[in-house]
This record gives sequence, structure tokens and C-alpha cells, in this order.
Amino acid sequence: MNNNRIDPVRLLGQFAPVIFLVVLVLIFYSLNPRFLLPLNIWNVLRQVSITGLIAIGMTFVILTAGIDLSVGSLLAVSALICADVYKGGQFFTRITGLDISALGGNVALAATIAISIGILGGLLQGTAITRLGVPAFVVTLGGLSVFRGAALQYSNGGPISTFDEAYNFWGQGKVFGDVPVPVILFILFAILAHIILRYTRYGRHVYAIGGNPEAARLSGLNVRRLTLSVYVIVGFFAGLGGFILSSRLNSSEAVAGAGYELTVIASVVIGGTSLFGGRGSVLGTVVGSVLIGVLNNGLVLNNVSSYVQQIVIGIIIVLAVAFDQFIKSRQKR
Amino acid sequence: MSQSNGTPMLAMRGISKSFPGVKALSDVTFTVGRGEIHGLLGENGAGKSTLMKILSGVYSPDAGDILYDGAAVTIASPHHAQQMGIVTIYQEFTLVPSLTIAENVFIGREPGMAGGAFMSWGKLREQTRAILQSLNIDIDPMTPVSALSVAEQQMVEIARALSMQSKLIVMDEPTSALSESEVQQLLGICRDLKAKGISIIFITHHLEEVIHLCDSLTVLRDGQNAGGAAVEDITIDGIIQMMVGRSASDLFKRTTAYATDEVVMRVNGLTTAKNINHLTATALHDVSFEVRRGEILGIAGLVGAGRTEIARAVFGADKFIGGTVEFMGQPVTIHSPLDAIQLGIGLVPEDRKQQALFLSLATRENLTITALGKMVRWLNFVRFDAERALVERYRQALNIRMFSPEQTIGNLSGGNQQKVVIARWLAMEPKLLIVDEPTRGIDVAAKAEVHQLLDELASRGIAIVMISSELPEIIAMSDRVITIREGRLTGQFTRAEITEERLMGAMALAMVTA
Repeated sequence: MNNNRIDPVRLLGQFAPVIFLVVLVLIFYSLNPRFLLPLNIWNVLRQVSITGLIAIGMTFVILTAGIDLSVGSLLAVSALICADVYKGGQFFTRITGLDISALGGNVALAATIAISIGILGGLLQGTAITRLGVPAFVVTLGGLSVFRGAALQYSNGGPISTFDEAYNFWGQGKVFGDVPVPVILFILFAILAHIILRYTRYGRHVYAIGGNPEAARLSGLNVRRLTLSVYVIVGFFAGLGGFILSSRLNSSEAVAGAGYELTVIASVVIGGTSLFGGRGSVLGTVVGSVLIGVLNNGLVLNNVSSYVQQIVIGIIIVLAVAFDQFIKSRQKR
Repeated sequence: MSQSNGTPMLAMRGISKSFPGVKALSDVTFTVGRGEIHGLLGENGAGKSTLMKILSGVYSPDAGDILYDGAAVTIASPHHAQQMGIVTIYQEFTLVPSLTIAENVFIGREPGMAGGAFMSWGKLREQTRAILQSLNIDIDPMTPVSALSVAEQQMVEIARALSMQSKLIVMDEPTSALSESEVQQLLGICRDLKAKGISIIFITHHLEEVIHLCDSLTVLRDGQNAGGAAVEDITIDGIIQMMVGRSASDLFKRTTAYATDEVVMRVNGLTTAKNINHLTATALHDVSFEVRRGEILGIAGLVGAGRTEIARAVFGADKFIGGTVEFMGQPVTIHSPLDAIQLGIGLVPEDRKQQALFLSLATRENLTITALGKMVRWLNFVRFDAERALVERYRQALNIRMFSPEQTIGNLSGGNQQKVVIARWLAMEPKLLIVDEPTRGIDVAAKAEVHQLLDELASRGIAIVMISSELPEIIAMSDRVITIREGRLTGQFTRAEITEERLMGAMALAMVTA
């Protein structure tokens, strides 16, 4: 009862990512006014939209105190198979002997296939985590290798390139004047995920199993099924990300998305979601994603090498988690 | 070794310590002589652990001073306490299972060679062997600790204490996990240590051990000194008197019994396997009982007797290998907590923080977690108006004191947290509520409120199983009591038959029939 007032440290913890983002924007703007031109803003958002989408899914996973390291590899498999089917299924036919050329040229089908592959990957990994009792870190570290290998095997290491305009619209198109389509998707899915996490029973349960799995079980929650579901969700976004990346680059490559897990996890963690589960939000993840985009873009505009950018982002991840620990230790008292 | 000058080994004077919402120790005095085995007794929550944590440097006292080995000291940290020769052996061991006995004994102080750059395995082994021999233990020092029994692991803890040249060893319920012959061996070792001039503080619930082993004893009650004596001047009955003689005015008094003849749950021959993941858990053997509508059934037993295991098995949280459960006259199978909840069973678990609370969530979210399914519309969207109304209802009904329903649950006092956990189950309208240590870690006033609440629930026809290690609570609240010891039922008492002495006897000694 001695601690009834709003705790300023806790409040600061909640808004730290936003404050940091604003400060960063102001610094880059003062260094280079071009930074806030509408074109550059859309550019930044487009750059972060794919990792941002996957980070939305990763938020669900990390809220349960889990992790998924396989997202970049899963993205590559999804992108390749979806591109292949769209182009008549040359590699598919080589592997299975089945002719699926009739399915080519259908964007909706191609996107569905990418997403389905992602969901399947999530189901496999989620099942291994919940049924075999192998830690998520290990299962998805395995997945990182398995899915990358599968991608390389599927296309024999080569790319599948050159699509028509209908396909490329989803990665390259613009609506409402200057707004890139991937940015629209990013925003829509962020809103949807936010609503699910904040306003549905499912969302409440995700927070609960992350905050205290034993208490969740004793409260009658199906912890196993809930845990499985978050890996399916992040798989969905990895698949969707594969489709959009393929469309954006006009090419699917087996090495696409390498290293995405770092950016994705960083977006979530910098956005204030606790790696220990139970605390965080999709809005934070959006801020975290944008923050990484701003940092990259701002450094580029100021002629800082991309190598240094990696160093900076690595340091910020560690600081974000250190800050989270600090908040947590304050809470315990 | 024993210096025969008059100063005691340890004198703690006027020790007080408060935690948010609870006064844990109030002006406690505690003195241990040189080469003495001193029993520290008291019910759970009496303040023994807090006092020992102050002695071992985990907590610092709010007031009071400590004289150790004739000099006033401030014990800054557990490490500092060890350097001074005060070593505590906790109930849960601090050994590293994958390392050998020798490595564990000398962990952090490994004998070196080449100027300390390398660890000397030879010296490590020989020094450990010498210590083990002095304790008459014949085990290879290179055995990994994971291969040892609980009793042997305890020996390793004692060996480690010896290797640190300790002068004062605190043993926190050292016999609770040991078999009869292992207990005898441990008591023998304690006498050997005493002969070497080492003082021992021996915390236990087993009163026979105190009489057989200790030289003198101190009893704490509600954070205060309740008495002390030389062992030759006191009987077991006298000790029990000191432990339980609290002022009855603090407790809620039940006036009416609401028990009916309608059996809500009948458990027959409940048997569980030893749980390999929880070495401290006790296996249950053939436990049978029933609980009726409107009845409060007390389950009494010492720590580790298997009380909590009964609750967890019946609730579907742990598997059981034998026995049947009937609920409302129907045979049922309960494989998970969800099964139990769907039947109308709720569990308020023993460890609020670990097993009940979602510390990162708001009070509102903690309260409605079980009933949320009734407060959703299409697509499982939460009806926040219904949710807030529910919270408001229980806030008033249970007098839950909070600043706002959006307040993080961790910021509520222990008593209010417990009310939230109880409210969580009431929202489900249960037929049976199992409460495990319902008033642990909450203050006296909140205790009385929780007791009143349980009485009210019984009056509404809810069957209640109440597990408690506090006998006054069991006696004040129960319509009927069963006692268990080492996983077996040892007694059954109706309200008229219940006395503190009888219960204590059935819990701590052999089989008793009333």
C-alpha cells in the first residue's frame, strides 16, 4: 500500500522508446533537413516494413518469453516456393514430377502459398517446442539452418526472378500518392495485432503465459496450445514477408532474409517488450522498427558507413535490455 | 578449542525488521553459547527465517545489534558472514549438481598451484577427503553431487561449512528430507561438531530432535520472543505451549457450522510418485478423505508432509498414479487444472508470487483471468465494462484496497493480493475451493479478513479444503481436520476433538487416533 502512486521510473520505461525516437529524429533533422522530407519518411518506413511485419509476429512470441531465430530462413523458403508457383512451378515439377503450370500467374494463390509455408514452419517448430520440451532457442536455431538449407535445395541455390506488374505491386506499388504498399500492410497488421493483444481474451492469455506460465496453467489456460499459436503467428508474418520481399526485389533468392532475426528481435526489444515475457506491446514494436529505420537512414544521410550502423544497433539492443532489467529490479521492491 | 570465557558465541539484541505491510521481527533477543547446539523454534511465519537471514547477511535489521565472538559486528552480506565463520545450510541446497563433491566443497576457494593460476586437483581431492573423514563419511571426493542422496548432499554442505573454518553453523530444517537412520547420522555429526567447539543453530519442527540434540532453545512467535530454556528444564508439552500460546483475540472466531451431509468431493486412495523434478516434494500413499457442502476441512501437517501435494494432485496440477476421485457423486478424471476448473474446483496456491500472480499485469487482469471467458462478445473480444463491473463487485465484497484496478498487482499488500486471488476463483462460482496457506505472509488484520471471507463462503455452501501450517488457523477455521505425515494420513479429528496438542502429536510424532 506504500506504493500507490504512479511510478515515474515505470512511466519512463513505457515511453523511453518514443522519447528516444523523437530525440533521434530531431538530431538527424538538425544535421540534415532533408531527413524530414515526405519522400525520405516514406523511404524509411518502406525499408522497415518487412522486418516490421515479422516483428509484429515476434512480439507475440517474445511476450510468451519465447524466441524465434528462424524467421529469415523461413522467409526465404516461403519467398522461393511462392515465386516458383507464380512462374509455373519449374522447380516444383523438378522435385515432385507434378505439373502445376496451371496454377501460375495467380497473385492471390502465390501469396497464400507463401503464408501457408510460413504457418507450416511455425507449426512444426511450435510443436517441437511444446511437445518435445526443447527450448525455443534451440528449436528455432535448428530451424534457421533447416529452412535455409531447404531454400537452397529447392532452387538449387539460384534466384527466381522477373515477375509481372500485378505481382510486383505488393512490394513496389504506391497508393494515396506516395505511400508504399508494404507500409500500408505494416500499419494495417500492426493495428490488427494491437487489437488482438489488447482487446481479446486470446491477447490477455498471451500476456499471462509469458508473465507466469505456472500461474497460467493453474488458472486453467491451455499453455501448450497458446505457446504453439504464437509460433504459427510469427510464421504467418515470415511467409507474408517472403512474398512482399520477393515482389519488392522482383526476385526470390535462397539467401534472402539472412540476418533478419537480428533486426526483428531488436525491433521488438528496443520497443520495450521484455525478453522475459509478459510485458510489451505491438505499438512499442512499431516504434522500435521505425527507430532502427531512422537510425540506419540518418546515419546513411550523414555518410556513416553501414558497418558502423551494425555496431550502433548491437549496442542499442544491449542497452534496451539493460534498461528493461533496471525497470524490473525497481518493480520487485 | 572451546574458550571458556563468559562471552557467548552470538548475541543478537533488540532485533527488529519490517517488510511492506508486515512487521516480521520485533525486539528479538537471541543468544547462542560457545560449543552449544541451540534449537530455534516457532511456527511458520514466526520470524525464524527472517532472524537467520539477518544473521547470514541477507537482510539488514531495522534496529538492534549483533555481538559475535565477543565483538559488535555489522554483517554486510552472505559473503561477509561466511568470512566471519557464520555458515548457513539452507533447506534447498546451494550445491552445483554437475560438479564433484570436492569442487563443491571448495567452490570459489579452490586450492591453487603455479601461483594460483591453476587449480590443483590433487590438493583439492586430499583436503576434501580429510574433511569427509573427520565427519566419518566414506565417499570418493570426485563423485559428482548429482549422484548423491539428499542426506549425502547435506553432508557435503556440512563439509563445505567445515572447510570454511566456520564457528557457527545454521541448519535450517536439516532433517525434513531425511529418513530415520539418516537423521540419526546427522545428529551424530552435529554432536561431533559440537565437540570441536563449533556452535550450531538448529531450526526444526521435530520436537523430539530438539530434546535429544539441543542444549538450549529459543521459541519465536509472531516475530517476538515467546520464551527460551535449557533443554533439561523443559518438556515437549512446555515447548508446544510456548509455540502456540498466542492471544486468541487476534483471530477471527467462527460461530456457526454450515457443513451439510452432501459430499462434494470424495478422494479414495490417492497415491503419487516421487516427483523427480521436485526432490523436496513428498510422495503420497493411499490418502483418502471427503469434503462436504459448506464444510471447511483443514489439512494439517509439517512442512514437507505432503499437504500441498494433495492439493496439486486433486486439482490436476500433478499426476497421480493411484486413487479415484468422485465429484458431486460422479466418478471423475482430472488430468489438468482446466478439468478441475470445469468441474467447479478452484485452487489458491501456496506460493502467491510463483504460482498465482501475474506480476506484470494489472490488478484487474489478475482478478478476471479465470472468468474472462464469460465476459467476451463475438471473436472473443473482452467486454471491458463487464470486466470492470466484476472487479468493482469483488473490490467491495472483499474490501480489496487498491488505488485503481489498473494498478500493477505487485504494488498491493500481501493481504490484498490474496483477496484478488480468492476473488479470481469466486468469479467462477466454484463448488469446491482449495486454499493452500491462505494467510501466509499477510498481516494479522488481513488474516482475520481472509478467515471471515472463508467462513462466508462456507455459509454459501462452498466446500473448502484449507491447508495450513499454522495450527491456530486450522483450529479456528476447520469443521474437521485431517493430519498427514510423510505422505500418509495420520489422524482425523472432528471439531469437538481438535486440540492443539493432539494435532501437533499427529503431525509430528507417530500415528494417533482420536
